[in-house]
Amino acid sequence: MLAFLLKRLAVVIPTFIGITLLVFALIRMIPGDPVEAMSGERGMDPARYQQLLHEFGLDRPLPVQYFEFLARALKGDLGVSIVSHEPVLREFIDRFPATFELALCAILFAMALGIPAGMLAAVKRNSPVDYGVMGVSLAGYSMPIFWWALLLILFFSVHLGWTPVSGRLDILYDPPRVTGLMLIDTWLSGEEGAFRSAAAHLILPAIALGTIPLATLARMTRSAMLEVLRDDYIRAARAKGLSPLRVVVKHALRNALIPVVTVLGLQVGVLMGGAVLTETIFAWPGIGKWLIEAIHRRDYPVVQGGILLTATLVIVVNLIVDLLYGVINPRIRHPR
Amino acid sequence: MKTLRLTLAAIAATLALPALATKTLVYCSEGSPEGFNPQFFTTGTTHDASSAQIFNRLVEFEVGTTNIVPGLAQSWEISPDGLTYTFKLRRGVKFQSTPKFKPTRDFNADDVIYTWHRMADPNHPFHKNSPAQTYAYFADMGMARIVKRLEKIDESTVRFTLNAPEAPFLANLGMDFMSILSAEHAEKMKAAGTPEAIDREPVGTGPFALMSYQKDAVIRYKAHEGYWDGRPKVDNLIFAITPDASVRYAKLKAGECHLMAYPKPADLAAMKTDPKINLLQKEGLNVGYIAFNTEKKPFDNKQVRQALNMAINKQAILDAIYQGAGQVAKNPIPPIMWGYNDKVKDYDYAPEKARDLLAKAGFKDGFEMDLWYLPVQRPYNPDGRRMGELIQADLAKIGVKVKLLTFEWGEYRKRSKAGEHQAMMIGWSGDNGDPDNFFTPLLSCDAVKGGGNNAKWCNKEFDDLIARATRTADRKERAKLYEQAQLIVKDEAPWVTIAHSVRFEPVRKEVRNFKMAAVPTNHYFSKTELVK
Repeated sequence: MLAFLLKRLAVVIPTFIGITLLVFALIRMIPGDPVEAMSGERGMDPARYQQLLHEFGLDRPLPVQYFEFLARALKGDLGVSIVSHEPVLREFIDRFPATFELALCAILFAMALGIPAGMLAAVKRNSPVDYGVMGVSLAGYSMPIFWWALLLILFFSVHLGWTPVSGRLDILYDPPRVTGLMLIDTWLSGEEGAFRSAAAHLILPAIALGTIPLATLARMTRSAMLEVLRDDYIRAARAKGLSPLRVVVKHALRNALIPVVTVLGLQVGVLMGGAVLTETIFAWPGIGKWLIEAIHRRDYPVVQGGILLTATLVIVVNLIVDLLYGVINPRIRHPR
Repeated sequence: MKTLRLTLAAIAATLALPALATKTLVYCSEGSPEGFNPQFFTTGTTHDASSAQIFNRLVEFEVGTTNIVPGLAQSWEISPDGLTYTFKLRRGVKFQSTPKFKPTRDFNADDVIYTWHRMADPNHPFHKNSPAQTYAYFADMGMARIVKRLEKIDESTVRFTLNAPEAPFLANLGMDFMSILSAEHAEKMKAAGTPEAIDREPVGTGPFALMSYQKDAVIRYKAHEGYWDGRPKVDNLIFAITPDASVRYAKLKAGECHLMAYPKPADLAAMKTDPKINLLQKEGLNVGYIAFNTEKKPFDNKQVRQALNMAINKQAILDAIYQGAGQVAKNPIPPIMWGYNDKVKDYDYAPEKARDLLAKAGFKDGFEMDLWYLPVQRPYNPDGRRMGELIQADLAKIGVKVKLLTFEWGEYRKRSKAGEHQAMMIGWSGDNGDPDNFFTPLLSCDAVKGGGNNAKWCNKEFDDLIARATRTADRKERAKLYEQAQLIVKDEAPWVTIAHSVRFEPVRKEVRNFKMAAVPTNHYFSKTELVK
């Protein structure tokens, strides 16, 4: 197990360095710079422009800037936002719980519907149920998030009035921040109705963000299940006289889960990307919205730091997923 | 047991009552403020959330007009030579209390001195209070160059002495960055070892006090009980930050907010017919235009510039691109501004005449030109590319072949400053309602060097007029000078003035006494009421 872990970690380090380099280079390849972005039609006089560039350390040679960014990042210092002048790490921590809560709910929603739907489609292969599930999941997969989200809002919030339009909590409530997770904070505050409000605010964004992973999971589960269901041991289990439910859930699903878990891990990246759109539409104060704004303003430290942290997170989750295989399928732990 | 239950019920009732009676006004705003000290920032979104709610200025702009009215200064006197401005400060003005700060004195001259020197004096103990923050607007408006010194005459009198007469100075004092901060607050926070709190937990004299800010989500304010201009009519004010315009509209319809900023042009028609919504509108303090580079051929020829002016169908552009959210511009300043010359006659759309004039200028067969179109949406121009295409079609009719091109926004401004363009779309949004704020940065000879004069147009007669206007204190006389200046601009035609935008704001019917501001485009809620 330890050797396996070390091997995975050895891959992580170059990936990490690659990300820092990519992020550093990409944001600088976009024309413009933070100082330029600050001035509007009025423009800025060249002396002040130079002075500001100097203050932000942007007048130094690029390699110097990069290595300083790397050295600092390794020490956990991601610099200070050019716009708000707050440490990037602090800004990230302030916003991360919102994204985490949303992504978690989205993935739970996707799993709760996607896996059973995929199983059902596999078991009832080539039946109307199968076609229905696959058709819907194809539509879900192809749906542009911003359009889908607006559609949800218009129908459920404006037309039916069932859910709030946007935000994380009704403005009536202002629970003290403990964990940053609204469901927990409102529950802790004990204020009547606050928890319900937080939950209601989560529904539509979670659905909007969870739709693509749901579709992916349903399709993945279906194909993995189909493969497994053809195996001899399933026939053997059936021949033993086990109930069909037991065969599917206990024997088939466990083996079908391996590719599903892989996909689940990869969905974290998809969720982070989708969060950018979902958060903007639902006015959800998370990482995605923050990064978009930072890119518009060429806030280099925020873009660099924010993407680095997000990418690190995706790497870590995928590492955990890799380790989870070992739990699901011991053969991966001891490759022969 | 029964008594206990009754007591609890009584407590619950007293707690619940005020909660029922409180009035909370919710405004769906378009973005997050960068911070809460208006001195540091230049964007409207930030000023709307900070200076307009929490602070006051020495002078203010009358809501809805460009007139200057008393604010924290009750009255002022300008010396005949236009060099000294003496302000009598209002007495009995209270600062807001916060959990960490209880003011012990009223607003006085020390607060004005502190506010000014914090920005103006690099050695002021609070100048570098928040690391790496700069006083951008103060620098941009040339305040340090304009003012020689500021003195406290007594507790309620301050005097500014200028280096040279500068009539727009008064309007500058009404701008957001000139919001008056509390000197006592700064001292107390410093003594408590938390000097950074003065910018993060602001204290002002304005109608609403900041309660909390949940980043990118909600800003909460409470009515300032002791507000000098009368306690606000609502108890709480909330900015629900909602970046997407469609979602803001959905929230407005669902009753989750009472009014919203920046509706989509496409939604205006529906808003107009919605029985629950009043759609307010106000002319924008801006202008969108095409600037010819008069240093380059053939645009150095006045006749060519005039001919192109006649060849462009502005009304068609307005109809196609602004969709009712704009008006045709004939002057560089908008009609909402004092000094606007309504007698100026615009070039009529007359392609035939344009062709003749072009022939007279020696371009019988037309010519080829580049036109840069805006790469971004601006308040004065919603769609640069589409506008470019319409102009291209118009000019083709008189034999002028237009090539459209553009650059990334930062690059666009940089290259135009360097004069690389032949003709370009650009525009301007006013800062303080003073005509000088348009003419000097955009059309003066100095601005040719500075880069703001995109037409690179330097006209001695015009320059003298606007320079004289800045030295004249009397507003009527200034207006006359600007009226003359506008005639010269029209005749010389360094620009094609295209449009002034019109801003819209949908407001729910239960909101009363809300007026859209002309300058700056902030929201002022101190007189706003909510009725059922």
